[in-house]
Amino acid sequence: MEDVIRVKHLSKKYGDIIAVKDLSFTVRKGDVYGFLGQNGSGKSTTIRMILDLVRPSSGHVEIFGLSVQKDRRRIMKQVGAIIERPDLYLYLTGKENLQLFARMSGVKLSDHQINHFLELVGLAERGKSKVSTYSLGMKQRLGIAVALIHDPGLLILDEPTNGLDPQGIADVRKLIKQLSREEQKTILVSSHLLSEVEQIASRMLIIDKGVAVAEGSVDELLDPKDTGLLIHTTSDEETYQILLSSSYASALKSKSDKGIFLRLDSVQIPKLNRFLVEQQVDVLSLESRQQLEHTFLKITSPDIYVDNLSA
Amino acid sequence: MWTTFQLEVFKIFKKPRTYIAFAAIAAITGLIQMAIYADGQRYMDFFLNDIKESFDVVGNPLNGYFVCFVILQTLLVHVPLLVVLISADMIAGEANMGTLRLLLTRPQSRTTILFSKFFASSFYILLLLLWIAVTGLFLSLWIFGEDGMINAKSYEIILLNKDDLFWRYLLAFGFAFIALSTVGALGFFLSVFADNSLGPIIASMSIVIVMTILSTLEMPLFEKMRPFFFTSHMIGWKGFFEMKIDADGAAIPGTIRNIPAITKSFFILLGHILFFFGASWFVFRKKDIVN
Repeated sequence: MEDVIRVKHLSKKYGDIIAVKDLSFTVRKGDVYGFLGQNGSGKSTTIRMILDLVRPSSGHVEIFGLSVQKDRRRIMKQVGAIIERPDLYLYLTGKENLQLFARMSGVKLSDHQINHFLELVGLAERGKSKVSTYSLGMKQRLGIAVALIHDPGLLILDEPTNGLDPQGIADVRKLIKQLSREEQKTILVSSHLLSEVEQIASRMLIIDKGVAVAEGSVDELLDPKDTGLLIHTTSDEETYQILLSSSYASALKSKSDKGIFLRLDSVQIPKLNRFLVEQQVDVLSLESRQQLEHTFLKITSPDIYVDNLSA
Repeated sequence: MWTTFQLEVFKIFKKPRTYIAFAAIAAITGLIQMAIYADGQRYMDFFLNDIKESFDVVGNPLNGYFVCFVILQTLLVHVPLLVVLISADMIAGEANMGTLRLLLTRPQSRTTILFSKFFASSFYILLLLLWIAVTGLFLSLWIFGEDGMINAKSYEIILLNKDDLFWRYLLAFGFAFIALSTVGALGFFLSVFADNSLGPIIASMSIVIVMTILSTLEMPLFEKMRPFFFTSHMIGWKGFFEMKIDADGAAIPGTIRNIPAITKSFFILLGHILFFFGASWFVFRKKDIVN
């Protein structure tokens, strides 16, 4: 399959601070590639280097087989991007923003075509309003329309659901899936939320402190045999002590304000539930979690994750 | 480049702050015209009191050309501020809004974007001067009429015929365009370094004010420094209202007294524009867009 983005040994230093260190990955045609990492992990810096907004200290980026530093103009004709926030011209209307960025991309669109893009992102009714009157979700959707306006083959979306309400997040997620499935766009989407990347990405890279820590398809990174279970009870502390003195002690993996996390075979979940009821524990929720979140937390938040609580 | 230039001009004229400058100029010229219309004759009589003892003053000295000359001298202080309001916002304003990074992900080179922005801010300066010409010159001529102009200096009085004035104003406005473009280029240059337009606006105005004050102080050190301040050359437009004098000491209509001095000032200002823009380009094309 054709490589769309090829990142080779990319590094960026700001004085003594290393933002990105020797990062390499490949995004193939048709991928929805998840770029996962906590805030400050180097995702945005990497995306800015991919888009030639920030010059790498070392390394190289190729898009569609061309060097970003040498062939930026040719490459950008095929790239649409949102970087962090949907910052648009607040004093212009939605339509004017779309028209302006289309013309900057060498495309002149008719009113009908502009309306089509506004409809695609659900803003047909507000196209004539100034962007200063838009909600954050509306700005985010308009930002996606701006990224799509010149029909690029590659979309780079940096934290596209940042600050959105649950409905807004669902809308953006749906739109990304639709663009991948129906318009065959290659999409690089960064996020600090595993659940988001997990739901839309076919492949993903986990980055921490500027270094790649895991890469592969979502299926590869998920281990079906190794299911996690998150228990939330009326008193997690008491429940934790009960489990610690039971045969489930070895399955205990972590405890946080979210609940108690155990690594457990899925067939044992009903038995554990019965055991907790027998111990008169009031269970609020029992949630099956895939290993990926466990891995992500372990990699990126060792201070939250306590690997061997039973010890 | 033409498209990006058009889009930059479109953005400038979609911002409400752009019209502050046009409104301010209309207000200042209007107030000066109103004041001269109400009290100008008394002021002119006082001004001509000594002259009338030795000369016969005929015609209407309080005419449109004279009023425009007064307006231009007054506006010289304010217009640079109005210019930097826009020029210093060209890059820093976009950085502040966050639109700069979106703009730079479009298939346009940074050089094209920078040139377009610079030319757009120059176009704004040109329109501002045309507006000054309309409100300060043409409106004054319509209100106060056309006649010869008295250019009173500390050591001489220059009398310019009415048919020897219009072309001088055209050249003066042309020179003013270069002078204001220098301030615009300074604001533009400082704008490249900032993520907020307030800093470059204040810095540009501070530089202009400090240089202007230093160049007016009659102290040996500052007098030596004066030729190196671009603000000293910005008033070169006044040279177009001075005539050559023949062997008998009579003024020669249709002439400009010190063309080399005006030309020198013109090229010094042009050099500053090229320097500021060149430095902006050098910094901007390699700048990391991190905001």
